[in-house]
Amino acid sequence: MSPVHRHGSRVPNMQMIIASRLTDGRVVFLGDGGAWVDSIECGVVLEKEEDAARRMSEAELAVTDNRIFDPYFIDVVVEDGERRPTKVREAIRAFGPSVRTDLSAGGWDWHVQIR
Amino acid sequence: MYRYDEFDHKLVAERVEQLRRQVKRRMSGELTEDQFKPLRLMNGLYMQLHAYMLRVNVPYGSLSSAQMRKFAHVARRYDKGFGHFTTRQNIQYNWIKLEETPDLLAELAEVEVTAIQSSGNCVRNITSDHYAGRAKDELEDPRVYCELLRQYSVLNPEFSYLPRKFKIAVTGSPHDRAAVALHDIGLRMHLNEAGQVGFEVLVGGGQGRTPFLAHTIREWLEPEHLLSYVEAILRVYNIHGRRDNIHKARIKIIVNQMGIDRYRELVEADFERIRGSALKIPQAELDRINAYFAPPEYEELEDISGELAALRAADERFDRWVGANVAAHKVPGYSIVNLSLKAPGRAPGDMTADAMDAVADLADRYSMGEIRVNHRQNLSFVDVRQCELHTLWQKLEGLELATPNINRLSDVVCCPGLDFCSLANSRSIPVAQDLSRHFIDVDKLALVGDFTINISGCMNACGHHHVGNIGILGVDKRGKEFFQLTLGGSSDEGASLGDRLGRALPQEDVPLAVEAIVAAYLDIREEGERFLDTYRRVGIEPFKEAVYGPSVVRAVA
Amino acid sequence: MALVRGNAVVEDPFTNLAGREDIPSSGAIIVDLEQWRANRDALAGRADPVGIRLRSDQPPELIAAELGFLDMVALEFPAFKDGRAYSYARLLRDQYGYTGEIRAVGDVLLEQLHFMERTGFDAFELDSDDPLRDLQIARSEFDVWYQPSADGRMTAIELRHQRGG
Repeated sequence: MSPVHRHGSRVPNMQMIIASRLTDGRVVFLGDGGAWVDSIECGVVLEKEEDAARRMSEAELAVTDNRIFDPYFIDVVVEDGERRPTKVREAIRAFGPSVRTDLSAGGWDWHVQIR
Repeated sequence: MYRYDEFDHKLVAERVEQLRRQVKRRMSGELTEDQFKPLRLMNGLYMQLHAYMLRVNVPYGSLSSAQMRKFAHVARRYDKGFGHFTTRQNIQYNWIKLEETPDLLAELAEVEVTAIQSSGNCVRNITSDHYAGRAKDELEDPRVYCELLRQYSVLNPEFSYLPRKFKIAVTGSPHDRAAVALHDIGLRMHLNEAGQVGFEVLVGGGQGRTPFLAHTIREWLEPEHLLSYVEAILRVYNIHGRRDNIHKARIKIIVNQMGIDRYRELVEADFERIRGSALKIPQAELDRINAYFAPPEYEELEDISGELAALRAADERFDRWVGANVAAHKVPGYSIVNLSLKAPGRAPGDMTADAMDAVADLADRYSMGEIRVNHRQNLSFVDVRQCELHTLWQKLEGLELATPNINRLSDVVCCPGLDFCSLANSRSIPVAQDLSRHFIDVDKLALVGDFTINISGCMNACGHHHVGNIGILGVDKRGKEFFQLTLGGSSDEGASLGDRLGRALPQEDVPLAVEAIVAAYLDIREEGERFLDTYRRVGIEPFKEAVYGPSVVRAVA
Repeated sequence: MALVRGNAVVEDPFTNLAGREDIPSSGAIIVDLEQWRANRDALAGRADPVGIRLRSDQPPELIAAELGFLDMVALEFPAFKDGRAYSYARLLRDQYGYTGEIRAVGDVLLEQLHFMERTGFDAFELDSDDPLRDLQIARSEFDVWYQPSADGRMTAIELRHQRGG
């Protein structure tokens, strides 16, 4: 999987790296020290292009290492002190299905519209 | 129901062990994701938005209570306490772990259930009429042929890397509840002029981005040649099907590209060559499998229409339920009962582990331990004694499985959509929930009558929106969720694909649009006309006017 | 890349002439369809073995009349997902009665060997660290199948009724 900007505009904003964990297929975010974390709050936010490129190389290593697969960038914003992906699809990955908020992580309010 | 013999058990056990080994090779990196993906798909394991999703087969919709209890157990032990019944007589689990999958499959194998070829570019689950063996209008029980096809297609070495997926459906009734015209191969049992039972063979049907109704490739085929003929169709497809473009790879594309006559020529040539081969179905095997589908021991009962009428007159709710959810059985004194999984606000097809266990118990008590799964994401009990209808109804009401809406407005069929599926571009389940909450008045449901609504969250059409009386397709318009409506689709023996109504609507307008269509129908319809009949008589204009005309009061976007 | 035939890794006796203009006068050679057609008479009369390598868009009917001159047919899997060659192998065996070597070349993996053997392949060009281990795994995983296979071994249906079960 090549490190391509799959989502988001060129306007400087915050990005994170999302991926799937191999063993259980769960959504994970790149964290510090090469860790992959379940919660979007604990992942690393990338604010500069050179950061992003370096971090994606880290992610590629984790792919070769059979820990994760399909890493890509997502745009996030901070609203009310909480991180949210800007795209609905990525928000669903981060927080769970909108129709089963009892299964979601973070208890995010699905009635909030994403711009 | 079919029961595995030692050979069936062995094959399934071997396939589970093969997957166990393949998972190990993937985890150690010996197999890349690209190499592993088709292998896990051939065991029904997808990668979706949240985790691995496992699709489990319910062959031709037949399920025993023991199998249903196992589904409940799997939901608890390996998932988040529920499963989802699909439009192809399968069940799906959304939070499966790769490392646990071999054990999960081994557990399913204990009750003769598999996920073999529920995905991948191979022959998928063979689907059929959920009333098979029981419907009054049936010519012959198709399930023996479904089982023969299932065995023929499982781990078929020549056809495991087809250009694309391949779906086969079989009906034994002229009233087609299996949607054979919408399948890659459709098989319709009927009598030839000499009064012999055989198959009309259809090819090239399918939905997705380019929907097609199937063509008749052969008017009548002797049952003993079924496997040879299917093999010839598959072989021509394997060789000639397009492999240059994933969206042009189904058999429907190549059949329409070369024309049915040319396709038939190629198939008939290969069929002539192989018809006398080992594929000819031996009578002994036909008899062996048929024995499993022999009708159960029925009591000698009479139709109790008088008593039932009295019960119905005394209880409006029971009356509505019988009117909508109960169907005629071959055998006097018995009925077919449909369990609606579409209570208001429910996600269509979803069922909790507890509900599954409860249904298994009811099946044992009231319907000879068997459950049927159908294409509209509902279940059926096909051997209920009429004298027990009222008691059963009360229990189903307690479980919220008795909403009187089968094939009516709030019996919405819906794919998992963007909430679960990585292919989707919109969320379909909230639309279904809105509709089922909007059309909550059961008297209105009865007044409107037969009315199918199907929702797909993307062009792949897993919600079968092309064949809904109203089809609803989610589209992405500038990052917002919009919905395109089609009218006049139908999946039965008079199959038709829906016509586009007009520009896509924002989600909040969908219930009102449907309301407007229904109102127009009630206004225009003639005596005895279902919506589909009225639509076919008057065309789309009145409905366009109702939804988009200037007089329409619209919800604020 | 190892060539597996029977139960052994063997040296390939054939030389692949892919892309070459000239045809050497002796030695076992593999040609493609274009080379065969361009040099048909010479190749048909050749004393040393001739094999042909077909692409996945070249069905065996193109060489059906030539099979008597061919000691080996190599069928390509450009990607392991391209399953056309399984049908080609079956047609070679069942329709055209070909009894020479049918070799799987290209993207050939352990995971598909079992299906290849059942459809009529009897030689494999495997890109593997341990090709014999792969073959052994592929052969040991299944001993039951539903469909007739190219080697004539019995299907489940045949076994069932042979025993009167």
